[in-house]
Amino acid sequence: MPDKPKVAFYWCASCGGCEESVVDLAEGILGVVDAVDIIFWPVAMDFKRSDVEAMADGSILVSMINGAVRSTEQEEMVRMLRRKSQLVIAYGACAHLGGIPGLANQFDREQILKFVYEESPSTQNIEKTYPTLKFQEDGRTVTLPEMHRLVRTLDQVIPVDYYLPGCPPTPKLLQQALTALLSGTAPPKGSVLSPDIALCEECPRKETKPPDLSFTAFKRPHTSELDPEKCLLTQGFLCMGPATRGGCEALCVQGNMPCSGCFGPTSRVKDQGAKFLSSICSNVVATDEKEIDATLATIPDPVGTFYRYGLAASLLRARMGRQAEV
Amino acid sequence: MSQPTDKPSNGNPPAKWEPRIVAFFCNWCTYTAADLAGVSRMKHASNVRIIRVMCSGRVDPQFVLEAFAKGADGVLIGGCHFGDCHYSEGNYKAARRIRMLRRVLADMGIEADRFRLEWISASEGEKVKLVINDMAEKVKALGPLGMPGQFKDFDREMEHLEAEAGVKEVAHAG
Amino acid sequence: MPDATPTNGTPRIGFYVCHCGTNIAGTVDVKAVADYVATLNGVVVSREYKYMCSDPGQELIQQDIREQKLNRIVVASCSPLLHEHTFRHATEQGGLNPFFFQMVNIRENVSWVHTDQAAATQKAKDLTRAAIRRVFSHKALEPKRVPINAAVLVVGGGIAGIHAALTLANAGKHVYLVEREPTIGGHMAMFDKTFPTLDCAACILTPKMSAVKSHPNITLWTYSEVAGVDGYVGNYKVKVKRKPRYIKEDLCVGCMECVTACIYKDARFPDEFNVGLSKRKPVYIPFPQATPQVVLFDPETCLQLKKGKCKQTCIEACDRECIDFTQTEEFKDIEVGTIILATGFQPFDPAKTPYYGYGRYPNVYTALEVERLVNASGPTGGEVVLRDGSHPKAVGIIHCVGSRDEKTNRWCSRVCCMYSLKLAHLVKEHTGAEVYNFYIDMRTPGKGYEEFYDKLLKEGVHFIRGRVAEVTDWAMTPQEEGKLVVRVEDTLIGSVRRVPLDMVILAQGLEPRADAQDVRRMFNISCATEGFFLERHPKLAPVNTFTDGVFIAGACQGPRDIPDTVAQAGAAAAEALALIDAGHMELEPNTAYIREEDCSGCKSCVPLCPYKAISFLEDKKKAWINEALCKGCGTCVAACPSGSIVQNLFEDEQIFNEIDGLLSELAQV
Repeated sequence: MPDKPKVAFYWCASCGGCEESVVDLAEGILGVVDAVDIIFWPVAMDFKRSDVEAMADGSILVSMINGAVRSTEQEEMVRMLRRKSQLVIAYGACAHLGGIPGLANQFDREQILKFVYEESPSTQNIEKTYPTLKFQEDGRTVTLPEMHRLVRTLDQVIPVDYYLPGCPPTPKLLQQALTALLSGTAPPKGSVLSPDIALCEECPRKETKPPDLSFTAFKRPHTSELDPEKCLLTQGFLCMGPATRGGCEALCVQGNMPCSGCFGPTSRVKDQGAKFLSSICSNVVATDEKEIDATLATIPDPVGTFYRYGLAASLLRARMGRQAEV
Repeated sequence: MSQPTDKPSNGNPPAKWEPRIVAFFCNWCTYTAADLAGVSRMKHASNVRIIRVMCSGRVDPQFVLEAFAKGADGVLIGGCHFGDCHYSEGNYKAARRIRMLRRVLADMGIEADRFRLEWISASEGEKVKLVINDMAEKVKALGPLGMPGQFKDFDREMEHLEAEAGVKEVAHAG
Repeated sequence: MPDATPTNGTPRIGFYVCHCGTNIAGTVDVKAVADYVATLNGVVVSREYKYMCSDPGQELIQQDIREQKLNRIVVASCSPLLHEHTFRHATEQGGLNPFFFQMVNIRENVSWVHTDQAAATQKAKDLTRAAIRRVFSHKALEPKRVPINAAVLVVGGGIAGIHAALTLANAGKHVYLVEREPTIGGHMAMFDKTFPTLDCAACILTPKMSAVKSHPNITLWTYSEVAGVDGYVGNYKVKVKRKPRYIKEDLCVGCMECVTACIYKDARFPDEFNVGLSKRKPVYIPFPQATPQVVLFDPETCLQLKKGKCKQTCIEACDRECIDFTQTEEFKDIEVGTIILATGFQPFDPAKTPYYGYGRYPNVYTALEVERLVNASGPTGGEVVLRDGSHPKAVGIIHCVGSRDEKTNRWCSRVCCMYSLKLAHLVKEHTGAEVYNFYIDMRTPGKGYEEFYDKLLKEGVHFIRGRVAEVTDWAMTPQEEGKLVVRVEDTLIGSVRRVPLDMVILAQGLEPRADAQDVRRMFNISCATEGFFLERHPKLAPVNTFTDGVFIAGACQGPRDIPDTVAQAGAAAAEALALIDAGHMELEPNTAYIREEDCSGCKSCVPLCPYKAISFLEDKKKAWINEALCKGCGTCVAACPSGSIVQNLFEDEQIFNEIDGLLSELAQV
């Protein structure tokens, strides 16, 4: 009897939500464990790194790696998994686009460490103890992985075969992806495994958006009431639906929150944030520079808004000079 | 990292560094004015490389970002004065996008003088000369932006692992 | 690397760099450029040639296409605004779709504006590399053909508009001639004699005016203005506002009984045609030969129209029942294929040069006022008199008022020297006074002009070369009491003079009309910096504008005399005729289209188009662009948040390739 295909999961700089999305397959998970042999899943199973190292190159059918790559350990692991796997799937927004960890590219490593270990309001670190990369005691040396200076998407480190978008990908999408892979009906290499059309297409509130929408100001979800029926962009909230790939069934919108762009752009767009910026600014009403600025001032953090998930994958990728105020 | 790299990214033996500025000029006003500057033999700095578009409204913010990402030290956009757009309103849309893009660029550490929007009408050949000279001077003072070099520099932190792996992984993107 | 998926096989690029004599080759090392480009990916042929736009140059392209099986052409030479169509044509002649061509501007943008040869050559290489990369993703396109409506709109009924209208009407085309004033004739109708022949202006103009009126192919709408313009070349939809005369135009024969019978026994209101030098009644005809010969009522001064109560003696006097106080403005919608703007100039207002005393000293006149004085049918019956009715013994004419002046207008108004000479002659003839012309340079370039000047010199007119500093009534000597004194540096003798005069005439310059900006926006053309309408090319296309189908003629394009105005009007008519007789025009295929399968129906693009080319299809729930209305600006393309709109000729891929090509390392492609 032929061996079941081998599957690995790994997490890099991530929140664990992607791992949960696999678990969210619920009963579907049984179908998965029946069909495949999970040989590595740090969050859930006790396989060791050395187990994977011992395997032959290419002997894993698919490794699903989530999280952005931020440390030398993550880099080592993903390189190894790439060698050992036939296919690598960038699983979730962090691996696909850098995700929210990608926003760290606005700051440099030293600033971040300083904030976390000294300056944050909830930190109490009188001795100013910082993580040390190498520490010797009693003749033993312990090491820590080093933080890279830059947060990277998975494909900025290793070649990636497919992308499962979303923060996290929906169980439905994961199911569809696994089925396609296992049955050999996978789309061309390099594809993002969700429809290549913007979210508005499947949005339940689509009918309520007028064809002449223009803006004098933008609202933020925590400052205003959100009408549960009407198109959120029409209400003045920055819904990134028009600039975001669909396939998630507009879950956030159904939860009465504007889309924040986690599925990334369509294949025709290189920089999701730039395109969304272009679209909403084009429809601003003001014609006078001062008035334009006043309208745009209602978006206090453009990078955090337009590039919430996609900064590491964007055209600029990171702040130059890196002297941002934390 | 705040020091610009000295080596000009065109790989040539380092001569005196000259900024490379990519310009998007609208066909009806600014491009025509640039031609007029040419016909009038108005000598100016040679740092600007013009890309012709029909209207400043065609300028997608992605173009600006791509230019910086591929090594431009400055980006200049030229369009018609308000009220003069050959297509009525394209320049207003350009203005709105660019004002927001400016904020994004500032937050991403790109100095304001590297990104410029000018309204230049078809008969303002002199203005083309003045703007180009001024921008070349200002960008020169700022030094190279050198984004490709920056990222090569950052990627060195992955070299030792690549070497150990024995195989150079070709990244899928970037 | 560029995505090399062209629609007709792997790119095989032919590259040609032009020397343009020494225009390019003198600064750019064209051989180095050709050699460099030969090394680039996809380039099969890389040549340099002295004059690419010449027949042999174009032959070269065609031959190479056939022999080398090229499928892309790139030419580095002058501006695409000049020769893009030339090389596209050559490409087409060679058997390739003309849009597989890309042009690189290394003359206007490089060799003519840079002095450092190394830098210029490097720039030429960068620009060329960008074009090579771009052209990879060019696609075959067909130009849009639009039919040309044979009707023409001429805006402005001065000599330019009249001549253009008659030329077109004689060619059998239907012309709508729209004039803002109640009569056609423009400024020329106000002149007495015209230089240099001293023809009577009315004598040569009025036959043309009546030819316009009676021509079966001309629809003459005076006292009317264009209210709005929509559409594009060949298919303009124009809205014309006809202002109410309160007269039924086709009944009135111009007998003027109503004027005589008017409740105002005396004329009381400033007469516009006589530049305020005489008075008219509320009902009036602008001048005796006004065309159409129809009176009109001034709603600001007519008692019936202003206050609603008058004995209406005019209605009693009119036996043809032409008067109709209930008239309102009327809008007419017309469809034309081409438009000629001949809206003329406005004279410089000397209130802006207060040091010449206009408005302060009664006997300082403008040239236009004096034209009316010398005219036999003017306010004084041809007598050149001062405000008190007496004849002047000494008259001064100050040249360049509002011209050649950093404080007012920098340009030379071209006609003032000649008309000042003419006025000098006429004033001397009418009054026998001593006449002084205060000039900076005497500009007499036309046919017979210098000879006219010569004649004046022999007539005893005094010429003092210097820009007048001021006109004052402050007398320093007894001889200056009660006179106007001109203070001027006589540069030929090198001293300042005070010249006492009875009358001073200001040779006012020509300016663009006050509403030129509004007018040109309505017709979607541009103005030059000074405010005159902008021609497409100062030498080679002086009557064309950058908007296809809209032409300009006469003083609205820049100050000019009558012969040149008539020439331009004929030229504009010829341009219109060329389009009409061709029957159609090819438009650049740079329109945008929405990829239906990619569109999510987000509607972000729909409000963006000022031409309403984008609509939302309710049945498909997708946006759609009407190609006929799209003008190809590309604004929607840049705005589409999912990248689902494509602009032909300016696709994202093409522009990204161009950017990458500009910046990529010299060594690699």
